[in-house]
Amino acid sequence: MTDRSPLTVLDSLNQGLHQAMADNAQVMFLGEDILDPYGGSFKVARGLSSAYPDRVLPTPISEAGITGIAGGMALRGMRPVVEIMFGDFSTLIADQVINHLTKFNAMYNGQVTVPVVIRTPMGGRRGYGPTHSQTLEKLFLGTPGLTVLAPFHIKGDHELGGPGQLLYEAIVGLDSPVFFIENKLQYLLKLLIPYDLEEYDLAETGTSGNIRFPCYKLSLRSAPAAQLTLTAYGYMAHLALGAIHNLAYEYEIFCELLVPTHLAPFDLSPLYESVSKTKRLLAVEEGTLSLGWGAEVLARTAEALGAGLTRAGRLTARGTVIPVALDLEADCLPDVADIVTRAREMVQK
Amino acid sequence: MDKNARLYEQLYTIRQFETLLLEQFSTGIFPGTTHTSLGQEANAVGVLAHLAANDVVVSNHRCHGHFLAYGGDPQALFAELMGKPAGICGGVGGSQHLHWRNFYSSGIQGGTVAMATGMALAEKLAGQGSIVFDFMGDGTLGEGIVYECLNMASLWQLPLLIVLENNHIAQTTPSHLAIAGSVVKRFEAFDIPVMQLDTSNVTEILLVAKELVRQVRNECSPRALVIETPRLGHHSKGDDTRADMDVELLWQLRDPISIQGEMLEDQVRYAINRRIDNELQAAFEMALTIEGGRV
Repeated sequence: MTDRSPLTVLDSLNQGLHQAMADNAQVMFLGEDILDPYGGSFKVARGLSSAYPDRVLPTPISEAGITGIAGGMALRGMRPVVEIMFGDFSTLIADQVINHLTKFNAMYNGQVTVPVVIRTPMGGRRGYGPTHSQTLEKLFLGTPGLTVLAPFHIKGDHELGGPGQLLYEAIVGLDSPVFFIENKLQYLLKLLIPYDLEEYDLAETGTSGNIRFPCYKLSLRSAPAAQLTLTAYGYMAHLALGAIHNLAYEYEIFCELLVPTHLAPFDLSPLYESVSKTKRLLAVEEGTLSLGWGAEVLARTAEALGAGLTRAGRLTARGTVIPVALDLEADCLPDVADIVTRAREMVQK
Repeated sequence: MDKNARLYEQLYTIRQFETLLLEQFSTGIFPGTTHTSLGQEANAVGVLAHLAANDVVVSNHRCHGHFLAYGGDPQALFAELMGKPAGICGGVGGSQHLHWRNFYSSGIQGGTVAMATGMALAEKLAGQGSIVFDFMGDGTLGEGIVYECLNMASLWQLPLLIVLENNHIAQTTPSHLAIAGSVVKRFEAFDIPVMQLDTSNVTEILLVAKELVRQVRNECSPRALVIETPRLGHHSKGDDTRADMDVELLWQLRDPISIQGEMLEDQVRYAINRRIDNELQAAFEMALTIEGGRV
């Protein structure tokens, strides 16, 4: 365990893993290609196998098997953490998540707990192509019994940083299955510190209802009343933060940005509070449009606010394969300019 | 009671539980469906004779026999199948999803093998010498996760005994339409030592299982036991497409209760039958009348 302060999302997640293994002897780490010096395809696990050689288990390419095995381990008192190398491979674990890990507690009438954390990086913009670039968490967001989390790149008050703290809490603090969504480009982001956020007002929700983990609200400091509520998580929250800056300085359109880290089970009460003032809501995600995260966010907000929601929009990836060619890939995925354009349409028309 | 009588009593308990269950199903007291262990009773009784206090048992959709051989309470199982709060899992799990002490069953075929493999890993890491018994069927061999888990169970030398109850029929599909190659070689390919038995005699199963359990426990490594075991009943209910004559022949040649019953004097056997009949009838009626709302 290093004692330096984490600088990036990657550092923060890595330190969260180290801290969880240091604090709880029941934590085991399983995944493909996770041993040092490699430390996993995206290096989130670096140092773990050196520090805890008996508790880090390199596995064959058997995503379904290791997820099911983690379920069995958890039923017998352990707290396994599974790394799925690419988020695209989460389709291989769907049966284990949907029919096994999330079923055990309820179908055995509350007699067991299943503390398993499954971590995986989603997302494109690296030219990895159709089967290594997708954002697929929408396939899992409605699964009863599954907590879905996505870190925000903020340092926050904890020495592990926001992402690491979120992962740490998921591993040692929750007794039910967690799907922890990382993002390939988000790994490289520097954690936002107060200096970076000097221009912004930042508020963080506490825990209430289904919200165990923070939802962040950001807006430009001393700006006029917001006209639009934007919501996004993970790497898209980074792009959305850039977009609200541009919208303010170039177009005098003022927004509030809501960044949830606790995606499911859904509890959008902080969002309703913002939209009840702005009356306009734009949900931005890197997944595809139909039946996605944004669809649920909009539906729930419409149900909650009725006529209080006057404009609703979604910005998503195109519903095609994600090409390797960087120009084609960029056409597929929403970026800052797309958010700005869409936000202007929603406010001005 | 001598050993043969005790084994007979266990076999007969499972048989009568399932018989009573099927008889009462038409009354509508049981929601959903069920899969009975008729004909396969000796596997559960023979193998689980070697259970140590903290061992773990994982079973599948056809789990009533395993549960009763594990020591589960027939009344609580009846209540579970009736969907009552007094059932093993409060009526939530039902026939296929049981958990009591270290017994677990589930209704997705290949997933039970993954569950058992993970449990065996946990038991190995706990280092208390407990092992995991995993009952699976030949139909389960069609699912890929089984091979992922056999690979890891061998790779990591896990204390896992896989008991493959090969009844040669998956619901209505005979195994010659579903299984290529050799069942035994599937285990051998992963360097998992395997024994094969073609018997419905509980003592023969018990003796072979004893040696395999000893090896799994002492050497902390996986073993497999393939038992050729005719299914004498339907897959669930009203779905046996086999010729009546063929099934009748299996009853004559391969009924584990008859085979073990021949070891006993008639009056001993009758006395056990009468006692178990009464106990199970009482358990059924208690489960039927037991009150208590959901918590």
